Amino acid sequence: MSFIEVSHLSLGYDHQIVISNLSFSIEQGDFVCIVGPNGAGKSTLIKGILGLLKPMSGEVLYHGLKQNFIGYMPQESKIDKHFPASVEEIVLSGTLNQSRTFSFYSKEDRKRVEEVLNLLGIASLKNAHFPDLSGGQRQKVLLARSLCASTKLLILDEPSNNLDSTSKQELYQILKSLNQNKGMTILMITHDLDHHNLIGNKILSLEKNNYFYGSVEDFVKKVHE
Amino acid sequence: MEILIEMFSYSFMVRALLVGVFLAISASLVGVSLVLRRNSMIGDGLSHVSFGAFALATVLGLAPLSFALPVVILVSFFILRLNENSKIHGDSAIALLSAGSLALGTFVISIVKGVNVDMNSYLFGSILSVSQADFICSILLSVFVVLIYVFSYSRIFAITFDESFAASIGIKTGFYNALFSILCSLVVVIGMRLVGALLISSFIIFPTLSSMQVFKSFKAVVVSSVLVSVFAFVLGLILSYLLSTPTGATIVLVHLVIFILFKMVGCFR
Repeated sequence: MSFIEVSHLSLGYDHQIVISNLSFSIEQGDFVCIVGPNGAGKSTLIKGILGLLKPMSGEVLYHGLKQNFIGYMPQESKIDKHFPASVEEIVLSGTLNQSRTFSFYSKEDRKRVEEVLNLLGIASLKNAHFPDLSGGQRQKVLLARSLCASTKLLILDEPSNNLDSTSKQELYQILKSLNQNKGMTILMITHDLDHHNLIGNKILSLEKNNYFYGSVEDFVKKVHE
Repeated sequence: MEILIEMFSYSFMVRALLVGVFLAISASLVGVSLVLRRNSMIGDGLSHVSFGAFALATVLGLAPLSFALPVVILVSFFILRLNENSKIHGDSAIALLSAGSLALGTFVISIVKGVNVDMNSYLFGSILSVSQADFICSILLSVFVVLIYVFSYSRIFAITFDESFAASIGIKTGFYNALFSILCSLVVVIGMRLVGALLISSFIIFPTLSSMQVFKSFKAVVVSSVLVSVFAFVLGLILSYLLSTPTGATIVLVHLVIFILFKMVGCFR
């Protein structure tokens, strides 16, 4: 069953078109890597799927999924490393898509945070402060926040940027396990052509005027042609 | 102690104390989000716009508050839009608006002869001569700001920390940004009559900046900012009475000392 259906989607800013007439659909359980050169519109596409940017034409359809219940993880560089916040405060904010009176957190919200922190093996960081964390730990905290927002779909914008290779491998292991063991659908922008061959089952390549969407095997064949 | 009793036997002193405490609370709360979103200069810019608007209102014979408030709110929406549009830099636009408004204010005051305007009180405020209306205004304002903070605390945190994530989970960031602009304008316009255009921005920025040196969770920074803000105001007011120094400047110097102390504590931790 298709989870997200993107049909004839065009996106852009002002009068400049960045993505034009793109169609593809993501099935439940897919792990899709979005690749392409800088300026190809990878982040723009994600904004379109999240509903942060209105399509110029075409549409994005969700099946069995509400738009607010997508776990989004923005680029780490967009976040102030020195922002005073505890890990718990940040991860809790992921639960704000649940309806609530005013904006108070419930016991269930706090329980969910515990679960997610345990799942990612960072329960000990619950009371730690964001500015004191390492790059890899910060990424896990942001991942934990998106897991609080969604149990079904994660959308990640270059999660491995600025990570050393050990942290990167660790992050990819976590994502793989979320995909395989928890059945989560994952959509991830990456620059890492070496590693995406190892994880993910599909590739969306946004080369200018030459979009490709298909299995990893087909993509590799196409690249070698 | 006797001096303190003497000081607060004057009813204008008591009123200044209460008004200032309420203003300190609302300014520090608004300041937390402004500083953390790196929009500190918005408070400063708006205070100058507010000066220009007040001057214009005086010259045109309009009621200052009811003229300045809508103008400042409009300008704050304008600055907000500039920030969303990455093509134009928000900070240079703020500099332009600040200088322009200051110039306009000074210009209209000087060309209209026969209008007696106390420039000094616009720039440095006149907290010792607040009216009953200012008093009520400042209380209503701080109640309003505190209520909004309490009831949307977690959403304010989410937006301040990461606006695009907040939008992705369905928080109405546009609405909160607009609400925030209005709050900011209210604090600046009302605060400016009391402590002046030059000092209201330090009321907004200093408490958060000091608190951030020591505290590293959002909640602690919010609580500490409010406490620091109130403490600095009260201490500044008392010191200025004891030393016969200008109230506004004394308060800002107290803030500066607190900042340096917090910075030192932060370094040793």
